[in-house]
Amino acid sequence: MTPRQRLWFFAVAAAGLVACYLWAFAGLPGFGSYPGPYGQEILRQAVAQTHATGVVSAVNFEYRGFDTVGEEFILFAAAAGMSVVLRRLREERATQPADEAESRTVPPSSGAVRVAALLLVGPTAVLGWWLASHAQASPSGGFQGGVILASAFILIYLSGEFLTFRRLSPVALLDAVEAVGAGGFVAIGLAAIAMNLPYLDNYLPLGTIPGAVSSSGTIALISFFVGIEVAAAFVLIVGELLDQTLLRRRSA
Amino acid sequence: MGIFPFLVVVWIVVVGLYGIVTSRDLIHQIVCLIVVQSSTYVLLLGVGYVTGGAAPYFFDIPLHTKAVDPVVQALALTDVVVEAAVTALLLSFAVQAHKRFGTLDPAELAEFKG
Repeated sequence: MTPRQRLWFFAVAAAGLVACYLWAFAGLPGFGSYPGPYGQEILRQAVAQTHATGVVSAVNFEYRGFDTVGEEFILFAAAAGMSVVLRRLREERATQPADEAESRTVPPSSGAVRVAALLLVGPTAVLGWWLASHAQASPSGGFQGGVILASAFILIYLSGEFLTFRRLSPVALLDAVEAVGAGGFVAIGLAAIAMNLPYLDNYLPLGTIPGAVSSSGTIALISFFVGIEVAAAFVLIVGELLDQTLLRRRSA
Repeated sequence: MGIFPFLVVVWIVVVGLYGIVTSRDLIHQIVCLIVVQSSTYVLLLGVGYVTGGAAPYFFDIPLHTKAVDPVVQALALTDVVVEAAVTALLLSFAVQAHKRFGTLDPAELAEFKG
C-alpha cells in the first residue's frame, strides 16, 4: 500500500469514526449539566466521613481504594516489564558508545544548565515529598508527588552527573523501595481484614480537624506508600532507558 | 459552550490517529498514541464539569459549595498512570526494535519478518 492509498483509507475510516463520535456525544447530557449521582453524593458525604478535604484523594484512596491497588500494580508491572524487555541479551555488552563522528566536538552542557538543574534538585524533592504526604488536604497525592520526587533524581542526570544519578539510585535499592511502596498499600488493606473489617477499611483515627496532616486515617498513609512506589518506579524506568545508551551489540 | 468540549475530544483523537497512520518513526508514533489517549482526559473532565462548580477541595472553601464531579477526576488520574505505564513499555520495545533492525521506520520494520 502506498502512503497515498493509506491516507485515503484513513480518511474514510476517520470520517466514519467522527460520525460515530458525534452521534454518541449528541446523547450525552450537555456540558456543565452532568447529573453524576455518585459524584454529588460523595461530595455531600466525603469530608464528614473521611476528614479529607481533598475529595479526589478520598475517592482514590478510600471509596475506590481497591481499584487503586490495581492501578498501582499496573505501574509496578510496567517497570518490571521494562526490565524484562530491556534485559541485557547474551550478545550485548556494556561499552562506552563508539564515537561515530570523531571530528565533531561535543559541546559540554552549559554551566547555566548544570547550576540550574542542581539548584532545583532540593526544592523538587521537597515539593514531591510534600505533595505525596498532603493528599488529604490539597490537590495532591502519591501519584503526583511520586512523579515529582522522581524528577529530582532526573535533574541530577540533567546536570550532567550520570554516574551520580546511578550511584544515588542503585537498582537493588529502587526495587526494594518499589516493593515496600506497593506492598505497604496491600498490607494496610490486609490489616483491616485481620481486625475483622472489610478490606482497605479506614481503621485509623480520622483526626479532629478535616484537612490537617494528621487527619483522614489510612488515606494519608496509603498516599504516602503510593508516593514512594511511584517515585521508585519512575527512576527505575528512566534509568533503564538511560542504561541502554551504554549497551551495544557485539556484532552486526 | 454546549457541545464544543466534546468536539475538541474528537479533534484530538483524529489528529492523533492521523499522526499514527502517517508516522515514519516509532518514537513519533508513540507520542501520537499519547495524543490520542489525552483526548480521554478532556472527555472525562468535560463530562464531569458542573456549571459554576468549584474544584472538589474543601480546604479553603466552605463545605457543600457546588463542586465538579470528583469521580471522573479520580478516573483521569488513573488514566494518566496507565498512559505512563503504556508509554514506558512501548518505548522499551522501540529501543529493542532499533537494536535488532537498526531502524525505527515502521515501513522498513514491516519488511522484517518475525
